[in-house]
Amino acid sequence: MRRFSLASLLKESTKGHTGWERQWRAPEPKKEYDVVIVGGGGHGLATAYYLATVHGVTNVAIIEKGWIGGGNTGRNTTIIRSNYLFDESAALYNHAMNLWEGLSQELNYNIMFSQRGVLMLAHNHHDVVTFKRHVYSNKLNGVDNEWLSPEECKAFCPPLTISKDIRYPVMGGALQRKGGTARHDAVAWGYARGADARGVDIIQNCEVTGLQRNPDGSVKAVETTRGTIGARKVGVVAAGHTGVVMGRFGLRMPVESVPLQALVSEPVKPCFPCVVMSNAVHAYISQSDKGELVIGAGTDQYNSYSQQGGIHVTNHTLDAICELFPQFTRMRMLRSWGGIVDVTPDRSPILSKTPIKNLFVNCGWGTGGFKATPGSGHVFAHMLATGEPHEINAPYSLDRFRTGRLIDEAAAAAVSH
Amino acid sequence: MLLIRCPHCGNRPEIEFHCGGEAHIARPETPSEMTDQHWAEFLYYRTNPKGMHAERWQHRHGCGRWFNALRDTVTDKFAATYEMGSPRPDLAATPAPARTA
Amino acid sequence: MSQPFRRSSGGHIDRTQPITVSFNGKTLHGYRGDTIASMLIASGSHLAGRSFKYHRPRGILSHGSDEPNALLSVDWRPEKGEGRRDPNNRASVVEARSGLKTATQNHWPSLETDIGAVNDLLSPVFVAGFYYKTFMWPRKFWDKVYEPFIRKAAGLGDAPEVPDADRYANRHAHADILVVGAGPAGLSAALAASEDGSKRVILADEGFKLGGALLNDVTSEIDGKPAAVWVEEMVAQLDARENVIVLPRTTVFGYYNHNHIAMVERVADHRDNAPDGLARERLWQVRASKVIIAAGSHERPLVFENNDRPGIMLAESARAFINRYAVLPGKSLVVATCGASAYRTALDAKAAGMDVKIVDIRLGEDCGPELAEARSAGIDVLTGHTVVKALGTKRVTGVVVAPLGNDGSVGTRRTLTCDCVAMSGGWTPSVHLFSQSRGKLAFDASLDAFLPGQSAQEEVSAGACHGIYDLSEIIADGYKAGGSDTSVSATATFTGFQPVRVLPTDADPKKVKAFIDFQNDVTAKDIKLAVREGFESIEHVKRYTTTGMATDQGKTSNMNALGLVAGLLDRPLPAIGTTTFRPPYTPVTFGALVGPSREDRFEPVRTTAIDPWAVANGAEFEPVGQWRRAHYFPKAGEDMHAAVARECKAVRTSVGIFDASTLGKIEVVGPDAAEFMNRIYTNAWAKLKVGGCRYGLMLGENGFVMDDGVVARLAEDRFHVTTTTGGAPRVFQHMEDYLQTEWPDLDVFITSITEQWAAIAVQGPNARKVVEPFVSDIDMSEGAFPHMAVREGFICGVPTRLFRVSFTGETGFEVNVPVDYAEAVWKTLYEEGRKYDITPYGTETMHVLRCEMGFIIVGQETDGTATPDDVGLSGLVSKKKPDFVGMRSLARPDMLLPDRKQLVGILAKDPNEVLEEGAQVVEDPSLPVPVPMIGHVTSSYFSSNCGRSIAMAMIKGGRARIDQTVWVTTPKGFTEATISTSVFHTVQGEKVDA
Repeated sequence: MRRFSLASLLKESTKGHTGWERQWRAPEPKKEYDVVIVGGGGHGLATAYYLATVHGVTNVAIIEKGWIGGGNTGRNTTIIRSNYLFDESAALYNHAMNLWEGLSQELNYNIMFSQRGVLMLAHNHHDVVTFKRHVYSNKLNGVDNEWLSPEECKAFCPPLTISKDIRYPVMGGALQRKGGTARHDAVAWGYARGADARGVDIIQNCEVTGLQRNPDGSVKAVETTRGTIGARKVGVVAAGHTGVVMGRFGLRMPVESVPLQALVSEPVKPCFPCVVMSNAVHAYISQSDKGELVIGAGTDQYNSYSQQGGIHVTNHTLDAICELFPQFTRMRMLRSWGGIVDVTPDRSPILSKTPIKNLFVNCGWGTGGFKATPGSGHVFAHMLATGEPHEINAPYSLDRFRTGRLIDEAAAAAVSH
Repeated sequence: MLLIRCPHCGNRPEIEFHCGGEAHIARPETPSEMTDQHWAEFLYYRTNPKGMHAERWQHRHGCGRWFNALRDTVTDKFAATYEMGSPRPDLAATPAPARTA
Repeated sequence: MSQPFRRSSGGHIDRTQPITVSFNGKTLHGYRGDTIASMLIASGSHLAGRSFKYHRPRGILSHGSDEPNALLSVDWRPEKGEGRRDPNNRASVVEARSGLKTATQNHWPSLETDIGAVNDLLSPVFVAGFYYKTFMWPRKFWDKVYEPFIRKAAGLGDAPEVPDADRYANRHAHADILVVGAGPAGLSAALAASEDGSKRVILADEGFKLGGALLNDVTSEIDGKPAAVWVEEMVAQLDARENVIVLPRTTVFGYYNHNHIAMVERVADHRDNAPDGLARERLWQVRASKVIIAAGSHERPLVFENNDRPGIMLAESARAFINRYAVLPGKSLVVATCGASAYRTALDAKAAGMDVKIVDIRLGEDCGPELAEARSAGIDVLTGHTVVKALGTKRVTGVVVAPLGNDGSVGTRRTLTCDCVAMSGGWTPSVHLFSQSRGKLAFDASLDAFLPGQSAQEEVSAGACHGIYDLSEIIADGYKAGGSDTSVSATATFTGFQPVRVLPTDADPKKVKAFIDFQNDVTAKDIKLAVREGFESIEHVKRYTTTGMATDQGKTSNMNALGLVAGLLDRPLPAIGTTTFRPPYTPVTFGALVGPSREDRFEPVRTTAIDPWAVANGAEFEPVGQWRRAHYFPKAGEDMHAAVARECKAVRTSVGIFDASTLGKIEVVGPDAAEFMNRIYTNAWAKLKVGGCRYGLMLGENGFVMDDGVVARLAEDRFHVTTTTGGAPRVFQHMEDYLQTEWPDLDVFITSITEQWAAIAVQGPNARKVVEPFVSDIDMSEGAFPHMAVREGFICGVPTRLFRVSFTGETGFEVNVPVDYAEAVWKTLYEEGRKYDITPYGTETMHVLRCEMGFIIVGQETDGTATPDDVGLSGLVSKKKPDFVGMRSLARPDMLLPDRKQLVGILAKDPNEVLEEGAQVVEDPSLPVPVPMIGHVTSSYFSSNCGRSIAMAMIKGGRARIDQTVWVTTPKGFTEATISTSVFHTVQGEKVDA
């Protein structure tokens, strides 16, 4: 792997950048792998990367039906935070946060992790109590989060309206200064380049169609549109398509796939310094380095694999944004798109063994998976390498739906992820 | 925004409706006799198909009635809506419905 | 002369209406019918902006909404003050009007002299994706140094900084046929579709004048009439038809599911004297039975060195400026092309008096009749020539051209001097809306274009967006789409082109900046780099280079990028993938999408019948869900603390009055009503006597507490159910769902009566005295009307459902009356209550009083993860019923664990310290992070009745921890507290329980 640096960039600039090599190969699939990862999104690529770097498992293939990073990794609003309420969530997302902080250097790929702060607004008494519960819980768990008065919110985010005259006036906010955004595509590409350099095969345009099993029921191989590929272990990390893949393996899952829409405005000069989320009015907003306002909201109400939702959802999101930021009504929506998010009953992910031996699943991240990418990959790699859950992902088993030990942040907090 | 044919009121825009998830999952007659796993499957496990999906809708801001629908989750097209309690229509047995505009 | 390049006649401009527009502080002159772009060209200038990354000077590339370069900040009504300026308006489509104040963007200190242009010199470093390779050291520098620098450099115009002074409108419509685009195909389609008068037709066009490309056409004839006349006649016919709505200035920007079409109409910005209050824009949401897409096509630029210099524009755009706007883009024109259509530009330019040369990459034998026609008009045509580069910086001064050998070699260069270039790289049908409808695109190699393939919805494409370029065929295609087989005879159109991705050059390609995406400064070199680095899917190339992601969304650049990638990888073009187009077609203001849903209409405020009285009596309010509720009633000089302390005392010592109308109310009626209640609630209902009340607890199927409330049995077959304020709709729908879908055999009706019955709570030792005098037909004696009972009768002569209930622990009545009478009844009771110093109280006092009694509030003590046992209500869970909603889930292993959080009281060591709601509770605050937490405070108040602070908490295994000392978080650290039971107050006299 040729190292990226200012020096190498300057050197290449003198020769028209003709010396750069492929960031990852386009190999033919081998006959067999120690681990086959189904799904080449951020989580799958990170899993492969950590399998190689942490566990020395390099005979690994990532099977991606389209192009890597083309699902929710490349379609989200790139918000990163870890200020979750429950111990289990705080551990998982803060694990990710710690990895985010050195990720550009580790991958030698500038993923533009920008710790500009994530401010979650409270608009009523219930929000205030809920966010204070978060702040205190986070502090005791060693997670960065603090409570701001409305005036402090305004100081941190000058475009914000804290007038008492709006429908849901701002009563304060919870600020995670370590939170922020990252360049989503670069995360996928950085992990891909790092994994590839260590021998992982990234196989794009290849769809998994079935599973072959040994006489003892354990995983033997995956069937794909490019032939059968032997696998000692299989990890399914297929996000919105997890239900489809697992269905092909004969398993039902406690997930449903629904459309999630987002949009960006035309690019403008810097006018929005941080990330603002508002649960009561259902919207979140930040400004990309390119200058676009990046805006997201809740899901459409029905299951769909169409990557398309209704305009009424967009309209309502913008209603909320313009209520808080009335100066933005003259901004223009440039691009809107939809993703397919896999939602579990408690809106927390599943990183778990399955009823099939040596088949593991990492899914159910719903609307909030991007922020967990490094942590998810890191602990899932542990699980694929050792066959047992990492202590951080042990609570995220499928068994919790049987026992009732749900990790329901949304019910506990009514906070969108 | 979807256009949904309420079996009682006719075509109406999606904002009048509430989606209630997968259809034809009857509540068990005697839940207390079920294992935890079977109860979990009733509560939480869903088919989530990529393709034709039987789902529940309620014309919440209209007649208030619940009904079932067959909708393709890839195209979002409805193949049928039918009254609660009716069996899932056999699409193969009936000619393809006219495209709903 | 202020318009040196204005032609003396012709064009679709009104020379009787001269106008002036401010442009960077200078005055541009023009006429009604102009755009800012045409006025700028009339003045002799093309310089209209700086590019995004390299800050290269840019001119006007196009005459339409695909313009990538000429983006302006426009203040639409500077004379009216602030709030009407916005960035990134395309000069090519801004309908000019006197008074507009426009400015170019993305430069400092000025358009002409821009320091940022240093980036152009650094461009060997600033290649595609360079930022992924550097700015990583030292680590902390990204947030603090590099990123702020990059952010400041990026972006185009300045965001509006003050609230918008305009308003926006919204309209829904149905149409049998919606026609998109009013060019020759769209006009024909609309005319045919509306012919018999039976169909409602909407015709929408993004331009301010209908006619599409025919507005640029001064040579074609249709059925013997000049094209412009044909357009006028078609429009006149359509305007005259009552079943047709013609909408100019209306962009169809979104094609959603089930033929749901979104369009935005620009209503006010073009009007000289728009009345105050006129909406600026209107969002149309149209449900159409059928959509006819007649959206035309986009011309492709040619890709050669410095193809972005001001003065270089698309060939059709040059024709538009010359013919439609009657301005000359210069004196000396070079037309560079790989196809036929640009010859029409050359001929029209020549006819307009310009000096014209044509450089055609095609060999002479590959050209059509256009070649002979051009030559016979005296135009010098160089066939088989390439354009090596353009000369000049802020304005093109010439092009270097060279002949191409049979082997593709580039021959001897020569320079053609000019002051404008019209280029044509062929045509791309506008399949955006078709793609948005999720129809499948099919590649047509003969047209080098993606065309509409298999439909997914009820639409049809017609004309150029359908791959049809000849005028008579376009019109026939439009008629056909509209349901008619009408045909016309029209002048033959010059059609056909030989696609070329990057023009051949003998220059070192590493040093050449030939732009693919103008606005985002993506060059052919960048695309090549991306492919070299392994980005092979077009989506990867787009994301790595940002090609096609600017405000024009790649309308002019996509096919050049796609073709280049395909060529580099030696794969067929469709194998690279196609871009999936998504809404919006062109950028749409947030304001239009928001429409009137702002301020008061963002989400309506629900108020009760008593609300006017509360306003008149000085209440402070708080939002509770959608409701506005009286929070407390301060007297002069009182803060909330003092007011609540007084209100609380008053209820316990005399009497208080409280508006409980927001509580949800549902009537459950029918022979099976009791059975239904048995299944929905955890309690048993069969034995509840008529006239009796019971506190009911409701679970979700997951076993967690969902709602609670008092339920009264009015008759054997009739229950009056109350719910929490926020839970009312949820509970009602929960009941409906089970009733309709699981138990259709039950003969029960449920009806929401929240809006029909107001509820006035009169609470305190003197409550009976206040209520009794006005009640008739009810025996008010203690024996006949005990606590937890309901009676129907009259109060103040008005029907009432009178509840004897208490959420305060004191004697209490809830007077339910029809809402129309509620304010009058309230006032009557209040007047009577003055004898006992009756005190109106709000939600805060209600909360304190119930907390004193240890009563929970669902949503405050519970949070969606609490079981009945967790909140100490296992006694309300029937052990005898075979089943109820949520029962099975309560038997799951995790629900039975002893360390679940349980509701307890918690008392701060300092009785004057009010713990914070939401505070966490720990056993040992001295432990290092992570500190184990045992629970959190759910409710906390200062109780004037208890003379100290009181609080409730959910604590792990809490009921076994009574009297244990714990520590509670505060903003400064921890404070000491003791776990207690959750009943803090003992009521003297009548004993009540909730």
